[in-house]
Amino acid sequence: MEKFTKLISPIVPLPLQNVDTDQIIPARFLKSTSREGFGKNLFRDWRFTKEGKKNNDFALNKITEGEILVAGKNFGCGSSREHAAWALTDYGFKVVVSSFFADIFKGNALNNGLLPVRVSEEFLQSIFNSNSQLEVDLENQTIKILATGQQEKFEISAYKKHCLVNGLDDIDFLLSNKKEIEKFELNNV
Amino acid sequence: MAGKTLFDKLWDSHVVIKGEQGPDMLYIDRHLIHEVTSPQAFSGIEKRGVPLFRPKQTIATADHNVPTVDQHLPIKEELSRKQVQTLKANCKKHGVELYGLGNPNQGIVHVIGPELGITQPGMTIVCGDSHTSTHGAFGSIAFGIGTSEVEQVFATQCVLQTKPKSMCIEVNGELNKAVTAKDIILYLISKLSTSGGTGYFVEFAGSAFEGLSMEGRMTVCNMSIELGARGGMIAPDQTTFDYIQGRDFAPKKIEWNKKLAYWKTLVTDEEAKYDKVVSFDAADIAPMITFGTNPGMGIKIADNVPSLNGDKSFKKALEYMQISPDTSLKGKPVDYVFIGSCTNSRIEDLRAVSNIVKGRKKAANITAWIVPGSKRIEAQAIKEGLDKILIEAGFELRQPGCSACLAMNEDKVPEGKYCVSTSNRNFEGRQGPGSRTMLASPETAAATALKGFVTDASEYLN
Ligand code: SF4
Repeated sequence: MEKFTKLISPIVPLPLQNVDTDQIIPARFLKSTSREGFGKNLFRDWRFTKEGKKNNDFALNKITEGEILVAGKNFGCGSSREHAAWALTDYGFKVVVSSFFADIFKGNALNNGLLPVRVSEEFLQSIFNSNSQLEVDLENQTIKILATGQQEKFEISAYKKHCLVNGLDDIDFLLSNKKEIEKFELNNV
Repeated sequence: MAGKTLFDKLWDSHVVIKGEQGPDMLYIDRHLIHEVTSPQAFSGIEKRGVPLFRPKQTIATADHNVPTVDQHLPIKEELSRKQVQTLKANCKKHGVELYGLGNPNQGIVHVIGPELGITQPGMTIVCGDSHTSTHGAFGSIAFGIGTSEVEQVFATQCVLQTKPKSMCIEVNGELNKAVTAKDIILYLISKLSTSGGTGYFVEFAGSAFEGLSMEGRMTVCNMSIELGARGGMIAPDQTTFDYIQGRDFAPKKIEWNKKLAYWKTLVTDEEAKYDKVVSFDAADIAPMITFGTNPGMGIKIADNVPSLNGDKSFKKALEYMQISPDTSLKGKPVDYVFIGSCTNSRIEDLRAVSNIVKGRKKAANITAWIVPGSKRIEAQAIKEGLDKILIEAGFELRQPGCSACLAMNEDKVPEGKYCVSTSNRNFEGRQGPGSRTMLASPETAAATALKGFVTDASEYLN
């Protein structure tokens, strides 16, 4: 997994609530047996018309540079498909900002080096209003609107932060504790 | 000592290492896999060069992406065929039991687990599918995971999880006669919203749930994820034990008595405290239907669609559905009726539908699909003669799989068409690009198929 410490980037605003993983990557694109290549179908049915033309009103077609997606509350609800996180990272996103994340999505994102940053509803509105670049600093757990200097702290578990900063994943940690698992099985299973 | 909730008891007894500043390392008793979310996890462990740690605790089936007609023939669509073949090859290589196409135990992963007796009280159960919450109906901790976590379970039979908070949803009182388990859960989601349970694990308690069959309890727990909750559970009781006894994987003889004694201890202590408790009156619940593009956008069939409220997402949902605010859905013409999915495809659902459509015909404007949750249910339906009733009524009885619940295979609702569906998600395009889904109970779906427009089933129930 790639390491993450700090990112300064323009945003791609998606001011909608309850963006579900069926929108992020529709089921008909889940037929691959690898983790790669999902970015081209990210938000497929919003990004393209049914004839396959670009929908020019959609944020991802208007802004092509941002590595930070900013969305309304309850982002990533619905299906547990990790393909949603793969599609976002494959497309080039490194951070998703929202006032609320669905649990499974949050876990999937973190397991793929995609940082979910939860901010207050007011701060989220300020981001949408400013449309400015953001600075996301994982070490200090801060997110800053560069145009206005407004800043907020965000939460992340110390363990997950350690993983992201060092590019480690959960399996490395679990595998290093195999003895404990075997001991647990002797006593419990 | 203060009492413990059932959830706390089960969680704590499965923690291998408590995370001081992060997630707990949770031991997993049963792992269910399917063709769509497992291939990348198999290649993950292979790349790391680690073996599957406890292959006997994993069970596989093919369900998400299988055709629901002509299952004896090779799958036509190349990518789907490859996915199903990859599952078969992976299971063989790593020693995992597979109930694939053609196997008499094949079916939707959350249908076959309980049906075979694999799902038991007190267990931790995971699967790379969010509706794993279904298995909570047996008093187990069951939740959906992503593919990286599938890989964790493959490698170590554990997942790293932050312990959710606990919520109790109590429903007491007398249910109206026409109210089904599906109506109860659609009602609760409409009240609590699709994020009302985020961060929590829910325990459903009260007479409304105690009175439900296991099939009904599974419907409720299945959709607990649509509350945003990590999962939902119902404490096991005699109904649970009776359901499990005698099933293929159920404990036998001495082992049964031992297990039963343990299962009887699986209750929330009286002095235990939940982080949150919400209560509802069973008498307020009525047959429900959804009008929007998330499962929380539900109303009583007798009520009107809510007014516009300035919320952009709400307006967008109504535009997508082409449904007007302040109108009734009753009488709204419908094109498709889908009875299936891990929410409502069990034998009890098929019986309920058959009861309503027996000796009647579906309306001419309706395409009606009924997709049993498993081969065993299909066989049982044929044994009971339900297949004839359904076919005579003009329903297409298809072969087991997820089908139009997620429309990954050919079973798609065409663009712009309305479908009254017994599945669990009405997201934009969920049943096919541009499809418009209204979630409801099997009874409502059956009555709607007969009339050709949204109908509550009361006139067909005696
Ligand atoms: S029926 Fe639908 S919800 Fe259930 S497992 Fe299949 S795709 Fe998931």
